[in-house]
Amino acid sequence: MNKKRYQIISKEIIANDIVSMWINAPDIADKSAAGQFVSVYCDDKSALLPRPISICDTDGKGGLRLVFKIVGKGTKELSDKNAGDGVDILGPLGNGFGEAFDKIKDMDHPDIAFVGGGVGIPPMLISSKSIKGQKNIILGYRDVTFMNEDFSEYGNVFISTEDGSAGVKGNVIDCITKNNLSPDVILACGPLPMLKGIKKYSEENNITAFVSLEEKMACGIGACLACVCKSNETDSHSMVKNKRICKDGPVFDVKEVDFT
Amino acid sequence: MNMKVNFAGVEFNNPITTASGTFGSGMEYADIVDLSRLGAVTTKGVANIPWPGNPTPRIAETYGGMINSIGLQNPGIDVFIKRDIPYLKECGTKIIANVCGKSTEDYCETVEKLSETDVDMLEINISCPNVREGGIAFGQNPKAVESITSDIKKRSKKPVIMKLTPNVTDITEMARAAENGGADAISLINTITGMKIDINRRTFALANKTGGLSGPAIHPVAVRMVYQAANSVNIPILGMGGVVTYEDAIELMMAGATMVAVGTANFNNPNATIEIIDGIADYMKRTGINDISEIIGCVK
Ligand SMILES: Cc1cc2nc3c(=O)[nH]c(=O)nc-3n(C[C@H](O)[C@H](O)[C@H](O)COP(=O)(O)OP(=O)(O)OC[C@H]3O[C@@H](n4cnc5c(N)ncnc54)[C@H](O)[C@@H]3O)c2cc1C
Ligand SMILES: Cc1cc2nc3c(=O)[nH]c(=O)nc-3n(C[C@H](O)[C@H](O)[C@H](O)COP(=O)(O)O)c2cc1C
Ligand code: FES
Repeated sequence: MNKKRYQIISKEIIANDIVSMWINAPDIADKSAAGQFVSVYCDDKSALLPRPISICDTDGKGGLRLVFKIVGKGTKELSDKNAGDGVDILGPLGNGFGEAFDKIKDMDHPDIAFVGGGVGIPPMLISSKSIKGQKNIILGYRDVTFMNEDFSEYGNVFISTEDGSAGVKGNVIDCITKNNLSPDVILACGPLPMLKGIKKYSEENNITAFVSLEEKMACGIGACLACVCKSNETDSHSMVKNKRICKDGPVFDVKEVDFT
Repeated sequence: MNMKVNFAGVEFNNPITTASGTFGSGMEYADIVDLSRLGAVTTKGVANIPWPGNPTPRIAETYGGMINSIGLQNPGIDVFIKRDIPYLKECGTKIIANVCGKSTEDYCETVEKLSETDVDMLEINISCPNVREGGIAFGQNPKAVESITSDIKKRSKKPVIMKLTPNVTDITEMARAAENGGADAISLINTITGMKIDINRRTFALANKTGGLSGPAIHPVAVRMVYQAANSVNIPILGMGGVVTYEDAIELMMAGATMVAVGTANFNNPNATIEIIDGIADYMKRTGINDISEIIGCVK
């Protein structure tokens, strides 16, 4: 594995400040698993640190899809690139939903909920595509929806918006209850308040949940200890209950995560 | 053409090592970097007991650099000796073990344990707060530098590199204090204390408020301090601070460093160390340098 320059195949603006990009990266795409991410590097060398972006999809022909929101220097630079341009990427990185899938395979016809909030929606696409079963897909937005149609071939799609402009007015938990869904297992990615809500919901309903976490990263490969989250079990690196999101995660059994 | 260097009596295949804390114990980079090609791996600071480190966010990017307050999270010396040293030995690389502590006794306990292992050298990080002296870093007071150096030297069976902090008025004073305490070598610079404010959240970017600035932004400070230190002591220097390219490494060597460590650059380019080693070899060929030692301190 090494950082390499890959060529952008296509770029599309799919909502306000949300960009979808296909990149020709066979060596990354072929190894990618649901819930993993890549490190995207800036050409502007005043911005040294890699930008972690989740793997959204792969096409089986070497294509890798990233969907990201323009929030600052790095994502702006990436969004200004076009088909034919190059981009430096390292990946695939981290530990995805593999453990969740193993658990699901041991369950008897479980009702699986894939929950994505905002820019946590992209990784739920490859995730919902990667496993068979009874699948409900719950997508939470602030206002403008995106990618919801991409999900329809992988399960029943339910939407919530904070402003009520589409689907259930409220958050993803409201969406689950208002639609009378009763998942046996939840796989989720989204902002921290949403993930805390998932933890509470999963504890109250005594169900299994796996969540994908975010933190500022420097190395992206487990060496610098920048990206830790507090965990209930001791971590394999320092044995101090600080798991590395880039290496041990970004996906964790929600029971392991100490949000306090 | 000879890239080998003799640093305080230890021979290294080339002058390039990793800067402590940016490369773990090498394990995480082994998929990318052939560790046996490095002059040495300098490992993350290790203390006598495990340290949990600071709350997050622990890092923030800044223009041409970053600030960090990892807080020296580490598994403690016993795990380090059992797990990390054998791994690095297996990879065929030399090891410089970086040590942190909160009191002289902490440091000495770790140093004694490391003395019985296969590590090649010890690098002592004295930027840690000295709990006995009200949290002022050991490295900011020349008397403390000299006394901790001599205490460690008494207990160490390995050559000792004292790692100096740049957060001082006169670096030559600290370099001489380390030399007077009996240090075999010094390394510099550690990070420069900085701060970043998130103007949208109206709060500090780091949970710890302040953090150490590293990366290309600090390189000219490193060159200046290595030069000043080299001209005030007779012990050799491991230079670091913002090295991204082979040119940066050669600059530090010309200023007086015998070896050079690569830190933050690994985050932008995980293969930076290898590219720098290859770049130095090319430069030597192109400019007719037969022995890398010829350039050490050549700029007076
Ligand atoms: C595992 C993981 C997967 C992610 N997947 C996606 C995705 O699929 N789509 C998407 O839009 N966003 C995703 N993010 C968030 C994305 O990394 C940030 O939006 C991005 O780094 C911002 O970079 P910037 O230069 O535009 O912003 P700036 O604010 O200029 O960035 C400054 C620094 O802060 C870091 N940073 C800023 N926001 C975040 C954040 N939320 N998380 C981590 N680091 C941050 C940057 O990497 C950079 O080092 C993911 C984050 C993580 C940790
Ligand atoms: C994330 C990070 C962690 C670090 N951890 C340590 C450490 O444990 N011990 C130490 O002596 N220096 C530590 N340092 C300082 C570096 O070893 C080095 O002195 C400094 O970063 C300057 O070099 P650079 O600009 O090449 O990174 C750390 C630096 C960074 C960026
Ligand atoms: S980003 Fe370095 S350990 Fe996770």
